[in-house]
Amino acid sequence: MNTDELAAKCGFRKLTEAPPKEIEGAFAGDLLSWAMSRVSRGDAWFTVMGNLNAVAVAALSDCACIVLCHGSALSQDALERAVREEIVILATEEPVYNAALASGIVNR
Amino acid sequence: MRRGCAGRRMMAEPIRIHYTVTGDDFTQAGTASADLKSRLRTMGFPADVIRKVTISLYEGEINLVIHAGGGEIEVTVSGDRIKLVLSDSGPGIEDIELAKREGWSSAPDEIRSLGFGAGMGIPNMIKYSDSFDIQSTPGVGTVVTMEINC
Repeated sequence: MNTDELAAKCGFRKLTEAPPKEIEGAFAGDLLSWAMSRVSRGDAWFTVMGNLNAVAVAALSDCACIVLCHGSALSQDALERAVREEIVILATEEPVYNAALASGIVNR
Repeated sequence: MRRGCAGRRMMAEPIRIHYTVTGDDFTQAGTASADLKSRLRTMGFPADVIRKVTISLYEGEINLVIHAGGGEIEVTVSGDRIKLVLSDSGPGIEDIELAKREGWSSAPDEIRSLGFGAGMGIPNMIKYSDSFDIQSTPGVGTVVTMEINC
C-alpha cells in the first residue's frame, strides 16, 4: 500500500502534494526522541505533532508519511518544510489509535 | 570490511565538516543532521551507518539548541568511522550520570510541549554510537564525542 492508497482507504486528507511513497510499517507516538530512534524507513507515523521538528524527524527517518491525528494543526513553517522536502502529510480528525487501527498496517 | 562501506575506498584523507548551531532556534534544529545525512549518502555509506549517525547527531543538535544556547559541531569522516564532536559554552551538566538516565530531563515545559524532553537524548546518543564520551564543567560548557564505525 502506498500513501495515496492509505489516504483513500481511510479518508485521510492530503496536506502536501508530494509523490506517494510505499508504506512498509507504522509507528505511533508523539515524543520526538522516541520517534527519531524508532520510526523505520517506510513507516507511516501516527502522531499529533504538527510542528517543524516533527517534519525534521520525518525527513531524517525517511518515513513514508506523517498521519496527523485528532485534527491536530500543521504549523505554517512545518508545511513549507514538508513541501520543500517532499514529505507526505496526511490528516484526520480520528484519534491516533483509531487512525492506526483503520490503516490496517501490520508491522513486520 | 563490511559490504557497502564505499566511503573507505573513496577516501584518501579524512573529510572534516563544521557546523555552527544557533541556540534557542528550533526552526534550524536538525539542519546539520540533514546536511550530514545527505553528504554521507553521496559518499556511499551504508544506510544503517547513516541512520546511527543521524540519530546521534540530531539528539546532540537538539541538546545544543535547548540547553546550551548553541554550539559547534566538528565532523570527521574517515573510511571506517565517523567522528562527531559537539562542544558548547553552555551551563554544563551538574550530574552526568543522571543526565545519561533514560527518562530524566531538565527541559522546561514549553520545550516538552514541542515533543522534546522525553529524557531520551543522551540515552539515544549512547545507544546509537559505537563510542560515547561526555565531559562537562558547570559554568564552562560541555563536550560530547561520539564515533560510529562502519
